[in-house]
Amino acid sequence: MSLLSIEGLSLDIHGLPILHDVSMQLAPGEVFGVVGESGSGKSMTAFSVMGLLPDGARARGRIALSGRDLLGLDERALCGVRGREIGMIFQEPMTALNPVQTIGDQVAETLVVHGAATRTEALRMARDRLDRVGLSAARFPLERYPHELSGGQRQRVCIAMAVALRPALLIADEPTTALDVTTQAQILDLLRGLVEEEGMALMLITHDLAVVAGLADHVAVMERGRVVEQGPTEDLFRGMHHPYTRKLFAASDHVPARTARAAPEPLLELRDVVREYRLPRERLFGPVGRFRAVDGVSFTLHRGESLGLVGESGCGKSTLTRAILGLEAMQGGDIRLGGKRIEAGRAMPAALRRRMQVVFQDPYGSFNPRWRVADLVAEPFHLSETPIPRDKARTRVAEALDAVGLTAADMSKYPHEFSGGQRQRIAIARALVLRPDLILLDEAVSALDVSIRAQILDLLADLQGRFGLSYLFISHDLSVVRAITDRVLVMQSGRIVEEGPTARVFDAPEHPYTRQLVAATPRIPQGWTGARAHER
Amino acid sequence: MRLPLTLVIGGLLAAIFVVAAGLSLVWTPFPTDTVTVSARLQPPSALHWLGTDHLGRDIVSMIMVGARTSIAVAVIAVGMGVVLGVPLGLVAAATRGGLVDELIMRGNDLVFAFPALVIAILITAVFGPSAINAIIAIGIFNTPVFARVTRGAALSLWTLDYIMAARVAGKGRVRISAEHILPNIANLLIVQGTIQFSLGILAEAGLSYVGLGAQPPIPSWGRMLAESQTMVALAPHVALFPGIAIVLTVLGLNLMGDGLRDLLDPRLRRAR
Repeated sequence: MSLLSIEGLSLDIHGLPILHDVSMQLAPGEVFGVVGESGSGKSMTAFSVMGLLPDGARARGRIALSGRDLLGLDERALCGVRGREIGMIFQEPMTALNPVQTIGDQVAETLVVHGAATRTEALRMARDRLDRVGLSAARFPLERYPHELSGGQRQRVCIAMAVALRPALLIADEPTTALDVTTQAQILDLLRGLVEEEGMALMLITHDLAVVAGLADHVAVMERGRVVEQGPTEDLFRGMHHPYTRKLFAASDHVPARTARAAPEPLLELRDVVREYRLPRERLFGPVGRFRAVDGVSFTLHRGESLGLVGESGCGKSTLTRAILGLEAMQGGDIRLGGKRIEAGRAMPAALRRRMQVVFQDPYGSFNPRWRVADLVAEPFHLSETPIPRDKARTRVAEALDAVGLTAADMSKYPHEFSGGQRQRIAIARALVLRPDLILLDEAVSALDVSIRAQILDLLADLQGRFGLSYLFISHDLSVVRAITDRVLVMQSGRIVEEGPTARVFDAPEHPYTRQLVAATPRIPQGWTGARAHER
Repeated sequence: MRLPLTLVIGGLLAAIFVVAAGLSLVWTPFPTDTVTVSARLQPPSALHWLGTDHLGRDIVSMIMVGARTSIAVAVIAVGMGVVLGVPLGLVAAATRGGLVDELIMRGNDLVFAFPALVIAILITAVFGPSAINAIIAIGIFNTPVFARVTRGAALSLWTLDYIMAARVAGKGRVRISAEHILPNIANLLIVQGTIQFSLGILAEAGLSYVGLGAQPPIPSWGRMLAESQTMVALAPHVALFPGIAIVLTVLGLNLMGDGLRDLLDPRLRRAR
């Protein structure tokens, strides 16, 4: 008998259809992957199971846990189910914990709320659960607060809370999306171990095909509120019967056709760049501590080249980006663009600033919500020596929008009228409008769905060929860097530890850290991809 | 879009007093600057709707002119708080963590540490009591409030990517503050302004009550209360009606502030 049985689940919120006839069967102790892009309904399916739907939601069909229908239960009964029979972990470990409670109290809370234990007993069990998720008593006593832990450690606490009562089913909604690749590998290992030891079933919701390939027994692929294909993982990957599955797969390792060739002329040169931060004094008259975020970085980026910079969060790549952009002063070394030294702030002439633009990760935070697209894209015109006449500025904005696949009619719209992928196109148009030599792409495609990401990568490759751009592509995602760059730098703790042609670095990494990064990246097993996947 | 109920009720209450104040410029039922001893301390009647005070002045007329005083003092004082506090907050946020930020914010703490009444007594002790000095005292007390609200909201905006994009476009701090920061915190300032406005009316009434605000013969709600307190047992209506006027105005403005916040904050709008 199946543990969780979803049959013909349809959901609408205030009359807007979200899910259509979703059916899934989870056997006890199996890992069931749910894959899809944003808006596909994968999280809403999970929330339906938990009874955590928003106001105005109406669900039809049947969701049965060990034969008991969950849709018919009232809130009181559902509270008994949540935490006790179904545990859940979320994407963002930074906000999933209460910052003013100790980790011990938070794990024990689940036990006490369900009346499973007294407080003393609950704390003892919490200790046991935290040990199980890899947070040892010596380093992580129960009295620790969430802010003392890293993202990966917090996600472990969330897992400990979710499995505190040994539920029969654990739902994990994008549990590793916010984490670095090496941390992701550890968390996935932990989940795999828990499933095996505790006989718990796991519903793993993710956008990443490679993650489910390595972990799930069964996979369901969702698109626009429907399950388009499901089956045993290996069969599904080998078969790929549905066109959407094939499209998703093709997009996830899409390599854009690139025509640009690097010229031997150096464009951006960094020599022994050092960026230090002052740390707060530990004692009133104690010495001022210093933290080197960027520690003696040197590299050269040639004209027309795509250079990748990979590293995990906190390695200093964002700090380095701000130093290159001339936004923050360096404490040592120098950065030259086309032979001219970059200075921070006002000291940097507009003519030099104009040769370099940036595209950020978050398509939602990148624009002033009160400005129209025409003004947003025109903002870099501030750097031109002579004011550009209004009609000429409009023509150039229209050209830039056209180059990124939008139309001049979009100029009078506000950013909220666009999707994430379209906003990223606007951001690229803004970077392009002054025809710079160099564009820094700071995790520019990391927040996008795989199919949109493939389109933006194609666009970037196309623009590079047409306008002779150079890219510094900063990312934690090795597969994207591999697709778009000629050369790659690997950064760890403020230093460049390895540098070389992209294919060589990823296929035969020399530095132990690069090896660790490459090994931690989830991959779809070689044989599975078969012939069908490549019929594009 | 449906307007929040609090905004409608609050707006109506506030509007009544604003209209009354405006009307008093051209017309009041009776003059407020003539004493009619024969008609003193009359209870509410068809002629004098809310009765008369100890000098025989019509209370409806007094409240109308008093509203003018209260609103004028509060508007100018809040305006002063905005004009001084908002730029200070913007500068503090633009130089966050620096010496200037530190100086501005510690200066704010200093002003905050003095109760408004103490500042008012200080000013009037030096310059003598008047409506102008009441305005200055309330304005000084408003400045750090706006500086703090502005800085707090601006700080969170300074971390956003579009601010970074503006910096990459070579824009300086002043220009970014004016173009990107201020328009995006305007909502918050409007709400805070409404709340401060109600506090300003309360403060003016308080200062006039202790004799540090508007001076006779200018009618003021606070002084109407003060002058009637010895006669509460004899003619309670003389104290009651100015008190009700203060309560309703402050309540109306507070409701309006809550309503505006709900209307302007999309997160609260969705939660409703």
